[in-house]
Parts: sequence; C-alpha cells; structure tokens
Amino acid sequence: MANFNLNINGETLSVDVDPNTPLLWVLRDHLNMVGTKYGCGIAQCGACTVHLGDVATRSCMLTVSSVGNQEVTTIEGLSVNGDHPVQKAWLEVDVPQCGYCQAGQIMTASALLKKNPNPTDEEIEMAMNGNICRCGTYTRIKKAIKTAANPENV
Amino acid sequence: MTLIKTQIGRRAFIKNTSLASGGLILGFSMLNACKPKQAETMAALEMPEEWFEMNGYLKIGDNGVVTILSPNPEIGQNVKTSMPMIVADELDIDWSQVIVEQAPLNTKLYSWQVAGGSRSISSSWQGLRMAGATARHLLKEAAAQAWQVPVSEISAVAGMLTHEASGNSAGYGEMASAASKLEVPEEIELKEQSEFTIIGTSRKNVDGKKIVTGQPLFGLDVQREGMLIATVAHPPAFGMTLKSFDASSAKQMPGIKDVFSIKVYEDDFKRSTFHHTAFNEVVVVLGETTWQVMQAKKAVQIEWEKAPDRTYGMTMFGNDMTVNHPAGMENSASHKEKMEAMSARPGRVVRRDGNPEAAFANAAKVIERSYSCPFLAHNTMEPMNFFAHVTEGHAELLGPTQTPEWMETAIAARLDLPLDKVDIMMTRQGGGFGRRLYGHFMVEAALISKQAKAPVKLVYSREEDMTQGIYRPAYYATYRAALDENNNMVAFHVKTGGIPESPLFANRFPAGALDNYLAEDWTIESNITTGAFRAPRSNFIAGAEQSFLDEVAEASGKDPIQFRLDLLQRAQQHPVGERNDYEADRYAGVLEMVREKSGWDQGATGRHRGVSAYFCHNSYVAQVLDVIMEGNEPKVDRVCVAIDCGIVVNPDAATNMAEGGTVDGIGQAMYSAMTFKDGVPEEKNFDRYRLIRHAEAPKSIDVHFVDNGKDPTGLGEPPFPPVMGALANALYKATGRRVYHQPFITDRPPLVG
Repeated sequence: MANFNLNINGETLSVDVDPNTPLLWVLRDHLNMVGTKYGCGIAQCGACTVHLGDVATRSCMLTVSSVGNQEVTTIEGLSVNGDHPVQKAWLEVDVPQCGYCQAGQIMTASALLKKNPNPTDEEIEMAMNGNICRCGTYTRIKKAIKTAANPENV
Repeated sequence: MTLIKTQIGRRAFIKNTSLASGGLILGFSMLNACKPKQAETMAALEMPEEWFEMNGYLKIGDNGVVTILSPNPEIGQNVKTSMPMIVADELDIDWSQVIVEQAPLNTKLYSWQVAGGSRSISSSWQGLRMAGATARHLLKEAAAQAWQVPVSEISAVAGMLTHEASGNSAGYGEMASAASKLEVPEEIELKEQSEFTIIGTSRKNVDGKKIVTGQPLFGLDVQREGMLIATVAHPPAFGMTLKSFDASSAKQMPGIKDVFSIKVYEDDFKRSTFHHTAFNEVVVVLGETTWQVMQAKKAVQIEWEKAPDRTYGMTMFGNDMTVNHPAGMENSASHKEKMEAMSARPGRVVRRDGNPEAAFANAAKVIERSYSCPFLAHNTMEPMNFFAHVTEGHAELLGPTQTPEWMETAIAARLDLPLDKVDIMMTRQGGGFGRRLYGHFMVEAALISKQAKAPVKLVYSREEDMTQGIYRPAYYATYRAALDENNNMVAFHVKTGGIPESPLFANRFPAGALDNYLAEDWTIESNITTGAFRAPRSNFIAGAEQSFLDEVAEASGKDPIQFRLDLLQRAQQHPVGERNDYEADRYAGVLEMVREKSGWDQGATGRHRGVSAYFCHNSYVAQVLDVIMEGNEPKVDRVCVAIDCGIVVNPDAATNMAEGGTVDGIGQAMYSAMTFKDGVPEEKNFDRYRLIRHAEAPKSIDVHFVDNGKDPTGLGEPPFPPVMGALANALYKATGRRVYHQPFITDRPPLVG
C-alpha cells in the first residue's frame, strides 16, 4: 500500500492503495466516482475512458502509480452542470439506450473535439473505434459528435 | 371513448394504495447511500410537502408534481420513459411535471415485471392506461364533490381541473388528498388514440442527464456502508466441476476477507430454466475492493474434475421438462459435424401441407442450401453483478435483472425464507439481450451475503461473464425449394435444428403460402448452457430463410420484393392450413413501405441492395440494406427499415431501438462467434470476441413506422433478426457469392481484385 495524491477534476484527492491498482478501481471503489465504467479490464472496450491531460486514456490498465501529478478528468468532472457541448449534444440527440458505455464514449468524443474541433466522418470513426456500444447507438453517437462540433449545422 | 373494467380476473389491477397496503417505495438514494465526491446534478423540480398515493403506479404531490413508477426492468429498451408516458397521457398531466422512479418487484401491484419477449409495452398497455385514467377520474370526482357539481361537467387537462359553468378550477395537487381517499370505480373511461397528447410524441430518456454526467445508476454502481465485494471462479470448461481448492495464499492478500465455495442450488430444488446454471459450485473470493478480489482469485489454487452425465428435471412457464447435460468436453469442430449429420437424416415432422415429397419428385428444378450460425455470448457491457444483504429472516437484493419475479422464488427457497421476506429492486441495467433473464448470480450474491454476514456486491469479471454460458444456441438449417418448368415455387421444405434447441417456427411464413410444405426439426444435447438471446430462434432462422428466399426469387426470375409479395398475396387470399400465425396483409405492408421508402424500384448506382422481412413478437419488420464496395471491402452504407408494431409510444426512442437492433443484427451475423475447444470457451474477452464497432456500423439508418392505430406489439427484438438476411443478400449482390455460415466475415468468399 502507498499513498497517492491524485489531481482529479481539479481537486487533489488522496488514496492509500496498492500501487498496481488501476485508476478505474481507485475511482470507483476508493473515491466513489462510479461514472467511469468497468467493461473489459484489458483496454478493448473503452467504457473506462478518462482524460489524462487532454488525452483519452483507458483507466482500466493505467496503474495509479503511473498517474503522477497529471490532470485526470472523469465524466463527473467534464463539466460542472452537465453542460459540456458533447453532453448537451448527447441529450439533444438522445443517444443512449442502456447507457452503460456512454460515459466512455463521451470522454473519447470530447477529447477528439478538443484536438480536432471539426472532424470528418472518417476521423470520428477512427477516434471512436475503440469504444464498443453493445446496443448499437453508433449512428447517433456520430450525429451527436457532429452536433457538438457544429450545433448550428445539424 | 373506451370503457374498461378496473378488475381483471381475480386481480384488482388498480388498487387505491392509500386504502390498501402501500407498495415498497425505494428512492434513488438506495442505489448509492455513500456520498459521492462530486455534487449530484439533478433536474430541479420543486418537491411537494406531501405525496398522495393514487395507486401502485403513481402518486401526486400537493403542488401538482407527479411521481410515476415504472414497473419493468430497464435494460436499454427505454421502458422507463415509455411506460410512464402511457400513464401520464391518461392522467393528462404535463410531462415536465413528472418524476419517474423505478418500481421494485411487487407481485401484488404489477404483473409481468419482466424484460423479455418484447412484451413490456404490449402486456401493460391497458394496465398503465388504466392507472392514469383511474387517478384522473378520482381527481375529477374529488373536484365534483368539492364544488358540488356533476363529475361529467369537469374537465381534467394538463394537470388542471376545471368546471367551466361555475368558473371553478384547481390543480391536481389541490385535489390529490381528497382523490386518494375515494373508492376506485368499477369501470373507467380510456382515451381514444386521437386524444393522446403524450403517447406518439418523442420524449427524451428520463435518465439521460444522469447517464451523460456519470451519476450512479447501474448495478455495478451500488455502494453501501460496510459493503464487501465478491467475485466467483467457475470451472474453466463446460463438462467440469469443482473438486477442491487451496486458498491459503489468496487469504493472505491485502483486503481479502474470505475464500469459500458455495452450492448455488440444493440437489432437490426443481429449477426453472431461468434459474439454471452449468456451474452449481463456484469458488467465492470476498474482500474489500473489486481489484483486490480479482487479483486474489488468480492466487486461489483450484482443482477441477470432469463432471458426470447430469439430468435436470426443470420447469419452463409451468411445464415440466428434462434437460440432459452429457459428460465430456465439447468442440466447435465436432458440433459442426454433428449438426451436418443430423441434417442429413429425417427429422421430426412438425408441419406437413399437401404432398411435398411428390412435388419435389416431380420438380423441374430443386434448390437446396444449408445455413449455420455459432454460439454467441450476450456480452452486455455491464457484466453480471448483484447486491445482496441477507440478515436473519430477511433478504434485500438490488441490481440488474430481467426477471425479478421468477428469481424471487429461487432465492426464497435457497435461503429458506417466505417470499415476502425477499425484497428485490432493480437498477438501470447495462444491457440485457436475454442474459439477465437467467439470474443464478442473484442466488449466488444472496448466499455470499448470508455467509459473510454483510452486505455484498457480487461482481463478475468480463472473462467470468463471457465464459459462464447461457449462450445463444448454435443452429443449422437446410432449405429446399421445388420449382416447376415455369420456375414457380411449388414446394418448400425446411429442416432445422441446433445445439441444444431447434429454431423452427413451423407456422410462420412461408407456411400458408404454398400447397406443399414440410417443416422438420431435430436437436443435439450439450452440456454448454444456452438461453434466450434477443429474438430467440428468430435471430438465426429469419436470416437463413430470407437468404434462401432471395435465391429462390432469383431462380424464379422475379424481383425479391415482388416474389415475397406474391407469396403473401397467396397466403392472404387462399391460405393453406389454419395455424398460420402471421397476418399476411401486415407482412406485405412493411415490404411495400420499405420498397417505397428505400427507392427500391428506382435502383441505386454503386449500391448493392438486399431485402429481408420477418414477423416475430407480433410485429413486422422489413429492411433494405445497401452495401458499397470500398476497394475490395464491402461496407454497409445505409439501411432502410419499415416496422409495423402498432401504436408507437415514443417515436424517436423507438427509432433508436430499431437502429440499435439493425446494428446489432449486422454485427452478430458479420463478426461474432463463441467457439469451444475441449469444453473451454475460446473467446474470453473483447480482444478475441469480436463485436461490431463504429467504423463497421451503417452510415445511416432510416426508420419508418406503419401508422395503423393498432395496440402496440413488440419492438425491442423484431428489427434484429431480418437484417441478417438483408445483409447476406446485399453481400451477394456486391461480391457475386452467397454467404451461408455466420459469422460472415469468416465465410466471405475470396475476392478477385
């Protein structure tokens, strides 16, 4: 066990855990921030996506000891009132079915738009290909990303 | 105006819960009693000072805010929005004044609290409307008494009661207290479809804000003070069972509280098929956190041994049945050989019209084709899990289940508790697809909590979830069509089966459309457990049949849509047999609609199009799927969907469901498979188990609904099966070769560059 001071959603949070614990489980079990989801544990489904700095990162294979003082943003911290353009677009398009994968989808999509504010369909597909939606909401996800990028055009 | 009785059979459907005993109402806080680190963002409706329960479905606050309870499990089919919409419409309340809560299991207040068979809306259609209409009537009655005017002169619209002649008016909240004390009338008036103001209008997912902000909603999100986490280890192969284990090192690991084995069901317990599990003894690792128990599980030394032949006496919907699990370690290669061998032998004749043998003997041409599909894992994105808190004389369970009522009996029996001491509450569920109809994990969670003497959340790892069984069965079908010298189809023969069940629907189309028709089936026993998977049996047979009909249409020299319409016309005008369980005109209706909406007759340059249509869950779906070639790669570009499911409650959400079913059907048929080597599931996680991803999904999906005012029928499942046929038929057009064996990605013919 070791003590880590993590910079999560603009706050410094302290945990005492095994250094090999993935960030996913630190968030969920130690910090009670359950918006970041467990899907596969091997970085194949994207349900656990958070931002490390500005980069979409799978938290299920990221050990807490490797986070250091990098800024971590989770779905709970993406915006104060759920009004990030991507979240608003998700509601506008009414994307979710079961909803379980959507936090991860939103985190990947918001990282994409930060880097590339006006992505093409192909760029969206490439960026989002690591996030599985078992319900098959892919066409709505794409529409929501385009809505967030250009709210007036869609 | 429709008058219906508020009493159906022996059950008073709509009881006034203030007069009777109240339902168990649990609030959102039960999900996550620990305070989250982040402030909760909730839609802000002013809360009333007092609630008045009108019946098991709704309560009205003194300020006019209404809470509607959604009785059925929410697995992504959006019933948590659409079911309350039905209540709200008949109540005639402004939707913005409605708060929706998930109802707990309550067999006294609700019926069919099941997410299965695409039946949530259809089976509750009348009950939900009655709940709203009854409350509305009582409010009017209360106003009439208060104002001393006839109830017939009072209108109740959008939460306001008005008596025009006297100029009196009041909000529902003002009359709620008095209304809740009135007796429910024997008959109640329901709205006509033309009077609906909420049904038929698109309303956003009631959990949308919580989903996109990461609020606790799902079973895996449950947190309680003092809660421990458990995970289980089951045998690595079907055909094996637990022999012994050594947990001495695992127990030394940080956070680990205990390691023990449990027996899920007692030997003399008669299981229903929904209780079943291949692995009745599992090793439990109990600890403080999920990561700790998953790590410690790897350190438990477990010895497995071969399981003997096993026979289970089971029930399914009250009918007795026997299920055999033969000993041995099975392989996908031998499964295929066994199915081919069965298909070459005479099957069990299920339906026979005319003289098919003679028709085939005299045919100018016979077309014969065989189709197959592999086992599939449901792979809900949220793995199996459940919270249980078992104390002396009581059990509380909370989590994702599609069948709380059917599991309650097993839990009560296993814990030796009366049914009323077992309380089950559903969370939102990260997918279902049939997997959570089978709730052995709820029994496991209860047994673990009992042994641990603590609240416990049982969590399956993805690997544990994917390799546990309850798969979609593997199926095989051989079709034959006899053509006369003019290339008219004169006889049709299907012989089909699977491991361990047959996918045959002998009385569905094209039965009824042909003078000579033969349907046979067969089964092969297995120790690999299977279960209902979105549109059970239809999820294979629809695609196979619709691919075959495409080939017959081509051999007949007919347009594939016209070919089907001609058969349906025959079935409508001169049906053969009396047991045909589809309506030919509605079937034809969706084909005609998809023909028009897809621009089928105009053709499409550079597009390769396939059509398919199917009936299941009392609904009709036709799809036209366009493939375009990108180099040598066929890609699904667009799908046009026509659906007849009667009245559509929430059109945009229904469209979402149809889009999802379409994507799911393309994905499962094209990419997914669960295979076995010596009883071991070879795909254990999403590195080897392929699911459809963003870049493989259609670019666009256009969904159209038939507007015929009929009572609602199923929607969660029907768009899923037929698209597999449309895909196969479009791939043929694109590549010149037909695909017969799912997943098509491995059956794809070599492409000449």
